[in-house]
Amino acid sequence: MAADDLLFPTPEGLYCPGGDFHVDPVRPVPRALVTHGHADHARPGNGAVLATRQTLDIMAIRYGADFTGTRQVAEGTMTLGDATVRFHPAGHVLGSAQVEIETGGTRFVVTGDYCRHRNPVAEGFEPVPCDIFITEATFALPVFRHPDPAAEIAKLLASIEAFPERAHLVGAYALGKAQRVIMLLREAGWDAPIYIHGSLERLCRYHAEQGVPLGDLRPATDDSMAKADFAGQIILAPPSAFAATWAQRFPDPVIAFASGWMQIRARARQRGVELPLVISDHADWPDLLRTIEEVNPEETWITHGREEALMRQLALGQRRSRPLHLIGFEEEPEG
Amino acid sequence: MKHFARLLEALAFTPQRNGKIRHLVQHFRTRPDPERGLALGALTGDLDLRNVTPSLLRGLVNERVDAELFALSYDFVGDLAETIALIWPEAKDPSDPPLSELVHELEATGKAALPGVIAARLDSLAPSSRYAYLKLATGGLRVGVSARLARTALAEFGAVPVEEIEELWHGLAPPFESLFAWLEGGEKPVSAALAPFRPVMLSTATDLDALGAFDPADYVAEWKWDGIRVQASVEAGVKRLYSRTGEDISGSFPDLLEALDFDGTVDGELLVRRKDAVAPFSDLQKRLNRKTVGKTMLKSHPAALRAYDLLLHEGEDLRALPFADRRARLERMVLACDPVRIDLSPLLPFETWDDLAALRADPPDPVIEGVMIKRRESPYLAGRIKGHWYKWKRDPMLVDAVLLYAQRGHGKRSGYYSDFTFGVWEGAQLIPVGKAYFGFTDEELKDLDRFVRNNTVERFGPVRAVKPSLVLEIAFEGLNRSARHKSGVAMRFPRIARIRKDKPAAEADRLEDLAALLPPE
Ligand SMILES: [Zn+2]
Ligand SMILES: [Zn+2]
Repeated sequence: MAADDLLFPTPEGLYCPGGDFHVDPVRPVPRALVTHGHADHARPGNGAVLATRQTLDIMAIRYGADFTGTRQVAEGTMTLGDATVRFHPAGHVLGSAQVEIETGGTRFVVTGDYCRHRNPVAEGFEPVPCDIFITEATFALPVFRHPDPAAEIAKLLASIEAFPERAHLVGAYALGKAQRVIMLLREAGWDAPIYIHGSLERLCRYHAEQGVPLGDLRPATDDSMAKADFAGQIILAPPSAFAATWAQRFPDPVIAFASGWMQIRARARQRGVELPLVISDHADWPDLLRTIEEVNPEETWITHGREEALMRQLALGQRRSRPLHLIGFEEEPEG
Repeated sequence: MKHFARLLEALAFTPQRNGKIRHLVQHFRTRPDPERGLALGALTGDLDLRNVTPSLLRGLVNERVDAELFALSYDFVGDLAETIALIWPEAKDPSDPPLSELVHELEATGKAALPGVIAARLDSLAPSSRYAYLKLATGGLRVGVSARLARTALAEFGAVPVEEIEELWHGLAPPFESLFAWLEGGEKPVSAALAPFRPVMLSTATDLDALGAFDPADYVAEWKWDGIRVQASVEAGVKRLYSRTGEDISGSFPDLLEALDFDGTVDGELLVRRKDAVAPFSDLQKRLNRKTVGKTMLKSHPAALRAYDLLLHEGEDLRALPFADRRARLERMVLACDPVRIDLSPLLPFETWDDLAALRADPPDPVIEGVMIKRRESPYLAGRIKGHWYKWKRDPMLVDAVLLYAQRGHGKRSGYYSDFTFGVWEGAQLIPVGKAYFGFTDEELKDLDRFVRNNTVERFGPVRAVKPSLVLEIAFEGLNRSARHKSGVAMRFPRIARIRKDKPAAEADRLEDLAALLPPE
């Protein structure tokens, strides 16, 4: 059977008829395999979900305990119908996994989102040799070469030193990026309390329970703190909070934002960011290419992101690839 | 170079004017000569570097990077220098040469050797320095710092009035060492330049309600001509023409420069004028930004000055005198000039504000964009000082048009569909009449962007054709005939005044409605 009869996109998402399941479906399906807890990959309302324990926990935190009919923790090699399935770490966020599927004599790996930089909150990416490599392409343009995140955190600390009378508001998404920024700060020697927006609390607590040493986190809405007390402090919040009156409680805040998109000046300015921090949980261009070399598939399929550039590059290297045009993924997701 | 790169970055990301000034002052305070003065010159456009062209840069990058990958990247990033800085192969062991070394190298390198020199520098600089270097070489820093803002920062750095710096400015050149020495407590440099720029007096906006509080007898009024506000200065035979921000534009207007037969400093409006007929702004635009002007252009688009005010005359500084006295001196002086090139801006007869409103509503010339109202007693003051000069602009023209195409913006809007082509009805067809890329709020931009994405019927490259269903109220400043446009008309400064979701596309305006707004032939 041809590979694209064994695994193919449907309106619900990528479907494997051999195992009768979808991977990261965008609409409710009887059986879903979920790579990680980001909202465009993990959605509620499926009949059954197979994912890592941490992804299942995160989905329950986000959507409530009844987010699915039944759930199954991914462990070892599992048989689903005529397919066998195995999860491997993806280095993207806590619990993130690639899904290896063997069906009809062909081995597929669906990466979900992945990251090759050392990430203190996620188990490191493992290249898995396969026939068909199904990759994300969020940052698939040669302009994306993510710098050393420690150097970006150094910029934040330098700004705090230069503007001690101002608060520093760092925009970071609730799952993954926020905890990564906190860990990077701790590694850079920032031992002071870090103040967090209410919407980050539950996921931060969950990371701490899972053994990620986030240190002293306090609610940013602590009423015992006067406005001036936040001078020289770091406050983490989802970027959406900055537009609201919520941000006015802090003294003359410097707006920072931790995202791979911050590499592009126009993106930073559009968001009114004064201190862009290029910290990404995705593979950058060199890492995408390196990963494909290591995995060395017969063919590369591209789920979402900037497929044109990646296809062009692979064609230049005599590699076969095709876009899946999966719908339901944001054009510029949490980067 | 990394300090200069950091300065550019800080300026680009700091939205507030005061924040930018703070970064500039900090740079002047911490960087040595000549580094700080060269950085200043780069920001004010006073570094006269051989302009590296975009096509030279494209040529360089095409040797290193696949053309298709570059095109996709450029489309995403939206800025040529930034794309090249990011996409250029990484330096193994980046170097950090001083800004002065790079400036001198660019100055000293001939055209033929330039590509090699630039490529070698790109090979050895870190990414943010590559960006700064390319911005320096192409002369387009675009970090939201005008020459005026830079001079304001200098004034703050040295705790002196900005006007003192503006008066000195044209006698100075990068790296401005004598200027910095003065600002740090040394001796004030003596302006070597003749016919320097004097800071210009600016007006504030007003309307009929606000005017009601004033006695019309205390004021004079003039037409507000739609040209370019300039200052013509002559001293000991040295003639200069400045824009209102003090940029020297003499080179583009040799015909007018020659006609400056006086000794003094005149404030006026630069126009293209054929005998008594003032040409529309688009004619003047053809003369602007040209380093050299051809004979044909000089003949077909003759430049003229319409005089508003006299600041200095034959060595005497008139700025402290009341407007009425300066005007009397101006009238006498203009009498001696060539009337084809220099004439007076006439004073308007009015007794009440309603008289003036009537004049304003129906000006005798389409190249008038409102009236200027000036207090008789006012001295000539630098800057925009309230209570002396007022502008009362004509209301913009409006038309309801239908959104037809949208293109992704460049620069700070590169992620959004922000360039909008709109059309009006001609018979049963919609015919494009203009393009607008401002006027909307950030919120409206997101709204428009969403509309475009949800209503795309066709895509060609970065352009999307949309279902012709959204009506936009377009405001514009004037309308010209245009053979280049299929519609036969061209709008000036079109902008999106409102999104008319309430209006069905069929009720948008028709081409004949628009044509009725054309000036008589
Ligand atoms: Zn993700
Ligand atoms: Zn994703």
